[in-house]
Amino acid sequence: MEWKDLQAALAEQSYIASDELVVAIQLALSLERPLLLEGSAGVGKTELARALSQTRSTKLIRLQCYEGLDAAQSIYEWNYQRQLISIRAAADDGISREQIEKHVFSKDFLLERPLLMSITQKRSPVLLIDEIDRADEEFEAFLLEILSDYQVSIPELGTIDSVTKPIVILTSNGTRDLSDALRRRCLYSYVEYPDRTTEIEILKVRQPTIDLLLASQIIDFVQKLRKEDLEKTPGIAEMLDFSAALIGLGVNDLSHDPEILQSAMTTLLKTKTDQWNITTEVAQRIAGQAA
Amino acid sequence: MSRISKFAARDNGPSARIVGFFSHLRFNNLKLGVSEVETALTILGRINLSDPFEVRRSLKPLCVGNLDESRRFEDLFDSYWMDTGRVKRKVIPNGNVASEEKKVSEIGDKASDNSESSSGAQNEPDEETAILNDQREGELVAVEEASKMHKDLREFVTNQEIDDAMEVAIRIGKALRDKRSRRLVNSKKGQALDFRKTIRRSLSTGGDPFKLINKSKPDRPKRIVALCDVSGSMNVYSKIFLAFLSALMRNDKNTDAYLFHTELVRVTDALKDENTGRSMEKLSLLANGFGGGSRIGHSIKKFSKTYARRFVNSRSVVMILSDGYDSNNVNDLVKALTNLKKRGCKIIWLNPLKGWKDYAPVTASMAASLPYLDLFSAANTLNDLAALDEELEKL
Repeated sequence: MEWKDLQAALAEQSYIASDELVVAIQLALSLERPLLLEGSAGVGKTELARALSQTRSTKLIRLQCYEGLDAAQSIYEWNYQRQLISIRAAADDGISREQIEKHVFSKDFLLERPLLMSITQKRSPVLLIDEIDRADEEFEAFLLEILSDYQVSIPELGTIDSVTKPIVILTSNGTRDLSDALRRRCLYSYVEYPDRTTEIEILKVRQPTIDLLLASQIIDFVQKLRKEDLEKTPGIAEMLDFSAALIGLGVNDLSHDPEILQSAMTTLLKTKTDQWNITTEVAQRIAGQAA
Repeated sequence: MSRISKFAARDNGPSARIVGFFSHLRFNNLKLGVSEVETALTILGRINLSDPFEVRRSLKPLCVGNLDESRRFEDLFDSYWMDTGRVKRKVIPNGNVASEEKKVSEIGDKASDNSESSSGAQNEPDEETAILNDQREGELVAVEEASKMHKDLREFVTNQEIDDAMEVAIRIGKALRDKRSRRLVNSKKGQALDFRKTIRRSLSTGGDPFKLINKSKPDRPKRIVALCDVSGSMNVYSKIFLAFLSALMRNDKNTDAYLFHTELVRVTDALKDENTGRSMEKLSLLANGFGGGSRIGHSIKKFSKTYARRFVNSRSVVMILSDGYDSNNVNDLVKALTNLKKRGCKIIWLNPLKGWKDYAPVTASMAASLPYLDLFSAANTLNDLAALDEELEKL
């Protein structure tokens, strides 16, 4: 039962993962395939990569994608300012051209960006390619190439082969459809909001001192709130903020003080409309059901 | 659910069943190749095969590629391995048995006695279950039966019309190309010099900039998201609009298309099909309920809550093709349009009735949505649509 060990190891790092997700990670590890995680914002996709890197005590290398991300920012770039200075200095010292050239195109002048960095580590790191759907389609095509060969060719230096294969985790919020080619290369898992038991577990791990009654009230409240007609559904991070706020305010029972509950709700509701819609009465109704 | 399918003794062992399972998945539109089957066999070699749940969990990440597939996988798995098919077989009318048998021929152990009842000795997996499951979910392969009572869209659209629509779509696509952007990017022919890159490149020629590198404003096309009303009142116009949708899609693969009547269906994948006939066939199956009433507010609300969150941003142009006759209250519609507008997109409403003499947008839903529209225009014929490009350029 290898995956159960992994689940336990993740739990040690305060990450409670569902069985389905753990099996997917286990497969990705044993098949050495990238894992594509999709799901709403705030379900813990990025956090998973962090926890995974800690369980394996390796480095977490993160590439945050955005529109216009290109090879220079994701693979490597020459440190051209340093090269210029070096050339200037060398010219004054009267060093021959060949020597200068050899010098300025050495690894000292190479700025490693996440993708190159991830294949040159001694111990295979966790490479997190965050929000891949934000990057352009060209970048996706380019990423495919690296993910299949795990090598990078630099014209001045030659091909750099991978020392170790990184554990690749891609996340997507689905702002656009990813290409079938990329999907096919990856294992896929959709991360849902956790169920009640799991979420209570998460809360207990993150707030060990929390009162059990309050914990279950908070989770019922947040889970009911997620079913309301909201613009931005609160994720796990919001739930944790909410519970921290309540603990900070010294609350022991959710339905106790409507005003304090309402002020703590600022950690859950992130748009004006949502704050407008969830009035004190609505919050009390939900809290009443949760109690 | 705990029953496990029994396979005929004459089948070729576990690998053949896995191959059978994959063709079952492929038949249900999951995109899987040969290498996936190979990987699946590798995976199965490493896990505890006697536990169906572990098998299910291990095959899932490999087989599915998006949320929709992820949700359907459970049913597909059950219908093949967990023997949930047999009982439902009775429900299937005998009419298409022959054609369905052809489709499922890949499963070698399929019994020849198709009319046999559920009391049969062998419980083979069958794909008709999946067909039934799909039918419940409104999946396209499934609605063969149900759609007979509805109109077939292929009767509406001829190839000539699709060709004409193509020209219009190209013009509109060009008109919507967004040329405003402050950031300059590398390009072969540019309006400005990229000094940083030019100097960088000059290093290889000893500091002399032989090669000049240019940059220019990138060409960022607007993304069209089309929502087409196919309710009864739009019957006459649907023909043009559907041809137009299909042409828009062919012209620019980033276009996103939806149909709505009382429900909203995403038809992007169906329209992507290169084969026009087949794509129209898929469309008509999807437009189950085509020609019925219309709930614009409900549909647009559903759109703004689900798909719009993923696909609509400030570069999108949401194009609503509808006559604005709604059988529901308008609150939903106004709320949905407000939400859409917040995403920064442009909203265009093309109303076929506007072309009529003395038309005034007095229907409740039309009147209420006017303030949210960037363009409200007539569209009865392809010519009307073609004339839109000038106005679209101004947006």
